[in-house]
Amino acid sequence: MFDITIDLTPVWVTLQLATITTIILLIIGTPVAWWLAHTQCWCKSLFQAMVALPLVLPPTVLGFYLLVALGPHGWIGQLSEWFSGRHLAFSFTGLVIGSVIASTPFVIQPLQDAFSAIGKRPLEVAATLRANPLDCFFTVVLPLARPGFLTAATLCFAHTIGEFGIVLMIGGNLHGQTQVISIAIFEHVEMLEFYEAHLLAGGMLLFSFMVLLTLYTVNRRYSTT
Amino acid sequence: MIGITGNFSLQLAQFDLKLDFELPGRGITVIFGSSGSGKTTLLRCIAGLERARGNLTVNGSCWQNTANRLFLPTHQRALGYVFQEASLFPHLSVQKNLEYGFSRISSQDSKVEKNDVVELLGIEHLLTRSPERLSGGEKQRVAIARALLTSPKLLLMDEPLSALDAPSKAEILPYLERLHAELSIPVLYITHAMPEVMRLADYLLVINQGKILSQGTLSEVLTRLDLALTHTDDAGAVVEARVVAYDEPFHLTYLEFNGGRFSIFHDNLPTGQQVRVRVLARDVSLALENETHSSILNIFQAVITDLMMESPGQVLIKLAIQDTVLLARISLKSSNLLKLCVGMPVYARVKSVALV
Repeated sequence: MFDITIDLTPVWVTLQLATITTIILLIIGTPVAWWLAHTQCWCKSLFQAMVALPLVLPPTVLGFYLLVALGPHGWIGQLSEWFSGRHLAFSFTGLVIGSVIASTPFVIQPLQDAFSAIGKRPLEVAATLRANPLDCFFTVVLPLARPGFLTAATLCFAHTIGEFGIVLMIGGNLHGQTQVISIAIFEHVEMLEFYEAHLLAGGMLLFSFMVLLTLYTVNRRYSTT
Repeated sequence: MIGITGNFSLQLAQFDLKLDFELPGRGITVIFGSSGSGKTTLLRCIAGLERARGNLTVNGSCWQNTANRLFLPTHQRALGYVFQEASLFPHLSVQKNLEYGFSRISSQDSKVEKNDVVELLGIEHLLTRSPERLSGGEKQRVAIARALLTSPKLLLMDEPLSALDAPSKAEILPYLERLHAELSIPVLYITHAMPEVMRLADYLLVINQGKILSQGTLSEVLTRLDLALTHTDDAGAVVEARVVAYDEPFHLTYLEFNGGRFSIFHDNLPTGQQVRVRVLARDVSLALENETHSSILNIFQAVITDLMMESPGQVLIKLAIQDTVLLARISLKSSNLLKLCVGMPVYARVKSVALV
């Protein structure tokens, strides 16, 4: 029983996916959250509803539409075929696109809350002290919104690792390319390989708990000092 | 061109702001008015934090001209702004807060020494602290120092004392007076507290419902009979004076003003010091003859320059003692008995004079 070596490839695929997704979402999500926190535009509610949609939709719904869009007959898939010669269904890139969309609310909502909590006053103070808007963003907003960024990054990372429905729909189950931990567990259980399933599932449980524990501890320290 | 001139028009929820002003390019100009009268909006428009239509020129440099589509963003205007709450950056130490603006101006634009400003506001011992470990008064002193360190061409202060308790107010006022005496930066200072007006203002701009009611030197505006603020119970004139002598056996200090000499009970005022005294309208009575047998020390020859009925049964009278203007509030009955009228010479008997 103990001579079975556990295949760690899904773990690396998962970590890569979560890291790339988090980086992309922080880059895209920050300006969007900033805009949502400060805009008076009538279309604000529209965008907020769109951002929150992945929270309430069954992952299979999202996954289904993405599969259609990214596949050989979808417009994103065709665009990709035109550029790179292949569509995006069942590819790692497709998986990243799906994860980014699925995790959007986990990044934008904490950032938007953090930006709103800062309010306008520190920005006005910085402007009267000669800081241009970009300067002000990096020297005032970023440090003050640090707990929000930490929450956003952690939730995004952890949520991507835990995602199952979407990755199954658009990634399929290609070993070394799109097979992530959650799908590997599913496969092990289906094949009655309970020892491997236990190892991966237990690892996930421990990992997720540690991530959340660290997040809450660190954020508490920021808010009390 | 020295001075701060401009005009703004802006639609607000309660009223339309429409202001046309010409303020001196030096000294403290107090913007006075009840809350919700548009004072803060005016200051925010000057700072570029609010976009109004109009023009603004500060000591020769144009900051806004709607017709030419010129609108300098706030960070390009050489101003300092002190908000009602100190608004220090919580993630930076006092030292770093002070350096935030200081490090963002070029060295040739820097007109003040950091140590001088720190010393002027008495915050040397606070530099390493974090803002949350400061008292309200200390925070506001740091905020003022932070604004001064950008070498502003105009300092805007929006009720900097109103969020503070009485002891903290008393703690900061002397620093503001030092600022006034030692720096030549023009200051626009919002308040609705009369004591602050009397102590700090050189020039006064009175605003109500987004319109200017009156603007002029402190003494001019405080003694205008057509303004509501001269019809309050503690209406009165403020007179600039200079300490000339001290009469030790009587504990009397003599203050010379443009038109005479006040005697007040006060010790320990250095000779030559400039002071402001407040003479309340209700403390001034009038007589047609100079009664030498009187207990009142401060009696001056004056001329009635204006006179206005005040309900009920009271008359407010404006007096000129050479170049100095005082107000007197007397009963309608006395006014009729003495047959007071404009141009008439009288003796003003001042029952009490207080240092501001």
